Amino acid sequence: MTKTMPLWEVFIRPRNGLSHKHVGSLHASDKTMAINAARDVYTRRGEGTSIWVIPSTLITASDPSKDEENFEPSENKIYRHPTFYDIPDDIGHM
Amino acid sequence: MSKILTKALLELADDHLILGHRLSEWCGHAPLLEEDLALPNMGLDLIGTARSLYTYACQVEDKNKSEDDFAFLRNEREYVNCLLVERPNFNFAHTILKQLYFSVFMELYWAAALNSDDEMLVGIAGKAKKEMAYHVRHSGEWTVRLGDGTSVSNKKMLQAVNALHLYTNELFINTENSETYISKNILPDRTSLKANWQKKIKTIFKQAFITYPNNNDELLGGRVGLHGEELGHLLASMQSVHRLHPGAQW
Repeated sequence: MTKTMPLWEVFIRPRNGLSHKHVGSLHASDKTMAINAARDVYTRRGEGTSIWVIPSTLITASDPSKDEENFEPSENKIYRHPTFYDIPDDIGHM
Repeated sequence: MSKILTKALLELADDHLILGHRLSEWCGHAPLLEEDLALPNMGLDLIGTARSLYTYACQVEDKNKSEDDFAFLRNEREYVNCLLVERPNFNFAHTILKQLYFSVFMELYWAAALNSDDEMLVGIAGKAKKEMAYHVRHSGEWTVRLGDGTSVSNKKMLQAVNALHLYTNELFINTENSETYISKNILPDRTSLKANWQKKIKTIFKQAFITYPNNNDELLGGRVGLHGEELGHLLASMQSVHRLHPGAQW
């Protein structure tokens, strides 16, 4: 089945101005069928105004065994968060 | 308005309800999870249109009646759907082809109905036409994939065409009840849609390596209540809850 019906990742944009977000995956024979299936599976309740599909095999993912070197170094660098500024009250919510 | 319009509306409504129910039968049985959602989705489109039409039929005929009376309390002989829509699902190829035949027809029908002098019908047509456009896309793409797929899928599509094509002519026949409203520019003329229907089906068949049948075989009877025994089974299942619990509301 993975040969004739490969896996596709589905991205939906909920509204204009927002970005496409990953919502899940599905099996389809080609890109046309993948868009149709994505429409049927992931937009039944008015979730989207635009659909992207991409073959799962085209996605390159980070290696979970390298989590330590990839992500831990950023955990103790709290100064990278913009939380050390006093914001004047009349600026309001930023 | 009159009972004659109700009868003409029932032909349309019954087509949608019966085919909608047939699609719902795939729920939990489709060959793919994706289609398990797609087919009942489309079934719901059709049942939604049927509801609008039954409700309109109640308004023009008898305000004490409800859509449920039409759907759940008529027997086979009182149903006036065309024979095509009641054909059993049999397999995925049959289901897809039946859907293609019907949705290509209805997309043309609703497009014509947008020019009707009846406001209610124009409203129903506007919504239904968009749904039909997707049904055509879905079933058309599948027809091409199956016809141009493996030798097995191609064979199953050809068998479906052999089994179902003779039911398509009924779509293009205007009944006496509808003739009255065609001349008043309320309902579209079915015969006028045939050329465009054939053109569209032939284009899809060509891509799918399916030969368009050349014979003029036809089977009629649905519009006068003469159905295959399969409709009885469908109604028995569809109406059982309402008949066991009369007046039950969802």
